[in-house]
Amino acid sequence: MSDYLDEVQGLTDVADPTVGDTEIENFTINFGPQHPAAHGVLRMVMELDGEIVERVDPHVGLLHRGTEKLIEHKTYLQALPYFDRLDYCSPLAQEYSYVLAIEKLLDLEVPERGQYLRVLFAELTRICNHMLNIGAHVMDVGAMTPNLWVFEVREQCLEFFERASGARMHSAWFRPGGVHQDVPLKLLTDIADWLDEFPKLFNDAMSLVVGNRIFKQRNVDIATVSKDDAVRWGFSGPVLRGSGVAWDLRKSQPYDVYDRMDFEVPVGTKGDCYDRFMVRVEEVHQSARIMRQCLNDMPDGPVASTDRKVVPPKRGEMKQSMEALIHHFKLYTEGFHVPAGEVYVATESPKGEFGVYLVSDGSNKPYRCKIRPTAFSHLQAMDFMTKGHMLPDATAILGAIDIVFGECDR
Amino acid sequence: MGHSAPIIASNEGVADALGKALGAAVLDTVEAFGEISITVDRKKLADVMEKLRSDHDYQQLVEIAGVDYPDRPERFEVCYHLLSLTKNHRIRIKVTTDEDTPVPTVTHIWEVAGWLEREVFDMYGVLFDGNKDLRRILTDYGFQGHPFRKDFPLTGYQELRYSEEAKRVVYEPVKLAQDFRSFDFMSPWEGADYILPGDEKVEGEDGEDAK
Repeated sequence: MSDYLDEVQGLTDVADPTVGDTEIENFTINFGPQHPAAHGVLRMVMELDGEIVERVDPHVGLLHRGTEKLIEHKTYLQALPYFDRLDYCSPLAQEYSYVLAIEKLLDLEVPERGQYLRVLFAELTRICNHMLNIGAHVMDVGAMTPNLWVFEVREQCLEFFERASGARMHSAWFRPGGVHQDVPLKLLTDIADWLDEFPKLFNDAMSLVVGNRIFKQRNVDIATVSKDDAVRWGFSGPVLRGSGVAWDLRKSQPYDVYDRMDFEVPVGTKGDCYDRFMVRVEEVHQSARIMRQCLNDMPDGPVASTDRKVVPPKRGEMKQSMEALIHHFKLYTEGFHVPAGEVYVATESPKGEFGVYLVSDGSNKPYRCKIRPTAFSHLQAMDFMTKGHMLPDATAILGAIDIVFGECDR
Repeated sequence: MGHSAPIIASNEGVADALGKALGAAVLDTVEAFGEISITVDRKKLADVMEKLRSDHDYQQLVEIAGVDYPDRPERFEVCYHLLSLTKNHRIRIKVTTDEDTPVPTVTHIWEVAGWLEREVFDMYGVLFDGNKDLRRILTDYGFQGHPFRKDFPLTGYQELRYSEEAKRVVYEPVKLAQDFRSFDFMSPWEGADYILPGDEKVEGEDGEDAK
């Protein structure tokens, strides 16, 4: 204390200016668990040197619900809705990996209309997810208006989900063998009209930020990740593409009718937060392009497999047929048995590679269902991405890797 | 035509080539459902992974999954899913272990393995030799036990609530208003192991006969 007083009174030694300096220690703070920019419940222990971040230790698991354990105690169909609740911003994209894994074990063929409907709604989910992420990201770095505008678009997406499945968010609409029910023609025509309409609002919102000086100052050259680092840290999806790796599972490992779709894979050049943001902006347009192709090419026909040992019959059929009634009863009590074996199926969810490692022992319940979340590897790299940046950059970095804790913590 | 799950590059010859390259480290190779699983010797895991990454272009470690088979002598299986971005191919490498035997870490090959190993440790109690940060990751601070083991009950042992008296969150033993319902759907002809009440003597007598 006396040193400090000396310093204040100007009594420091001129020959040795460090005499009288007070010792400076690093400052450790908690970012979260409740922080509006933490996108849920994330606790990050941050060591700060002034305003520079020296070390980040993310503590995850605050939303851990033991989904994988619960799934082991449910039949294959009962386990499906858990996937909606993982990444609650892109529910159908999570179901996609799971139903494809079951179909792979069963070697079940899905009718074309079912495949087209799944691709259509998976892409609608992607738009819906990116609207939330883009909006949240710009708000994290200080812009308010675009978020309100893109939320309007997101709301319209949710209305389409509701019209297809009855639920705005937790649709449980993809089923092993296809989709739960067909959509009315009016819904498809409305989606087609909307596809021409929403880019106007979206582009207006984006015009406020993409060239904006403040937005660029907050994002360009923040958390630059090289190609090699991105691969070694297990990045996937827009974060990997933002680093310049043209890797998209829809292109390289096509599932359903993605091989018939014509779309581009946007990549970044520098691998910073701005690139990741812009990759998502362009993906929205590409998704709209895929959806238009789906609407044009979608054939008529059944929406789900007619294999009655897996897909339950419709109610109308049950009124007429004893066999349908028995199938219905068996499928909703015992469920279907899946041949023993193990598969790993990964699809391109809006956030990256979402995988399901399904181990079956031949019974009606999964023996093990390991979910590969996208956020786990991205969040792990938080320390290496944030080191040396300022504290407020942490929110921009978090926004740009697009994490949702339902999925990260499972 | 069959299922419409993601299509990867052909498996043709991959299993043989890897078997040759990895040599004695390979214990078993299974190719099923269009996917290759290779069980390798636990002690040689790090070498195998290093080889797969540098010589065979499996650049990315996508996932580490633990699986528990309580009946086996080495009950845990640790499955590493590798992805090759250049060859557009996936393989699965497995090692087996038990509660006490550590598995060599691969964090020096892929940084991403750090958290993935922590998760397997947290959920199954598998130890990873060389992982410098083997803390729990998903479970609560101060949690005991390894919840994804098959012998860990679904309901757990502890529940917590906010106590108005103590003005904080308190932990209590789990109290269930209703027993957890688990139905057995195995038909009697498919080898379900039913215990009929009062019928326990049958096995005991058999045991005596054998003596």
